[in-house]
Amino acid sequence: MKYIDEFRNKDLVKNLVQKIEDIADRNVSLMEVCGGHTWAIQKFGISSLLPDQINLMSGPGCPVCVTSKRFIDQAVAYSRLDDVIITTFGDLIRVPGSSSSLEKEISKGNDVRIVYSVLDALDIARNNPDKKVVFLGIGFETTAPGTAQGIKNGAAENIKNFFVLSSHKIMPPAMGALIDEGVKIDGYIAPGHVSTITGSGIYQNIPEEYGVGCVISGFEPVDILQSIYMLLKQIKEKRYSVEIQYSRVVKPEGNTIALKTTEEVFKLRDDWWRGFGIIPKSGLGIAEKYKMFDAEKMIPVDVEETIEEKGCICGEILKGLKKPHDCKLFGKVCTSTNPVGACMVSHEGACNAYFRFSFDE
Amino acid sequence: MCLSIPGKVKSIDGGKAIVSVGGTEYETSLQLLEDVKVDDYVLVHTGFAIQKLDEEEALETLRLFNELEESNKKEAEK
Ligand code: SF4
Repeated sequence: MKYIDEFRNKDLVKNLVQKIEDIADRNVSLMEVCGGHTWAIQKFGISSLLPDQINLMSGPGCPVCVTSKRFIDQAVAYSRLDDVIITTFGDLIRVPGSSSSLEKEISKGNDVRIVYSVLDALDIARNNPDKKVVFLGIGFETTAPGTAQGIKNGAAENIKNFFVLSSHKIMPPAMGALIDEGVKIDGYIAPGHVSTITGSGIYQNIPEEYGVGCVISGFEPVDILQSIYMLLKQIKEKRYSVEIQYSRVVKPEGNTIALKTTEEVFKLRDDWWRGFGIIPKSGLGIAEKYKMFDAEKMIPVDVEETIEEKGCICGEILKGLKKPHDCKLFGKVCTSTNPVGACMVSHEGACNAYFRFSFDE
Repeated sequence: MCLSIPGKVKSIDGGKAIVSVGGTEYETSLQLLEDVKVDDYVLVHTGFAIQKLDEEEALETLRLFNELEESNKKEAEK
């Protein structure tokens, strides 16, 4: 594939590792806040290439992982209604709720369907006019525009049986919240695909307010190593800013159409994140104008009381305070085939990525 | 789910394109991206094209890497 092989080139990797070794003169902790980066760093064994002074941490970049258990419980409650079809990305079905999961509801015969796109959910709504089709909207700035476009298409076609349960979130408030909480972060490997939509401006307050640099990175080994090098250079020169390493995809202004679509359909609200609790203005609720598509408003349902799983330290892992193998359940009770917590379910979750690629670490 | 994959635009029909990702063809909405042409490389996320892959920028990044390699070599020779 074009521009993939080049960014996996062994000689380039070696050169970059050398550059990083030359410049690394102190202990630094760098955090990635994108599930795609978590996955790539584990898959390519990036940490093992780096000098000991560089500590890579995973942050709250996996949308499935930060989503509240109540959201799963609400989806489970909807799936039990006779006239509802749940449509969802595949990652969500195995996430344990308080007493069930969507997977378990499927085995009981409830109608839960995995879709690849919100547009597939709209098709299901068109084909099942006597059912209410609820799409589970999760994901960050990259995924929210698609959901927003789905709602706009539904409105344009006057589809009355399509609804979204939104847990969409935005990333920068969580990045600030982590530093506010005192987590030691010397630089952010900023998310490549979130930035594809938003552009680079959304991180501006991180260097300005906190003196922490951000480099927007691609997903190949060479991309990630170069981003690490750029961050180390910022730290050495005490010149903190937002830089774009992934310039073949990320433009400073982002994708203005997608941004406008998101802004039109959603409104910012306070939202709950696993490990953090409520972060002000970090979630996307459906705007008043489109409330007829808001499952929460249009389909009332009783939701069971939330019970968090015992022993799971997902919350601390999402803040970079612990690593998956610090969890007593990791690899023993909690495995990718039998996940206890959300971080073991999604491919972007730190526990899942560690389990699959570096169980022996 | 958050993964976005680059693919090549094979054909365009109104607001939709057929995009080939590693040989598999996907129907992809163009509602979130303007000015897409056949043969462009686009990033596809949950059924939507969300950005074009900028060939010049890709080459520029690779050129910088190559320069880096050159300078490393020179340093090694010194
Ligand atoms: S290993 Fe499982 S139980 Fe432990 S923190 Fe990760 S998801 Fe939770």
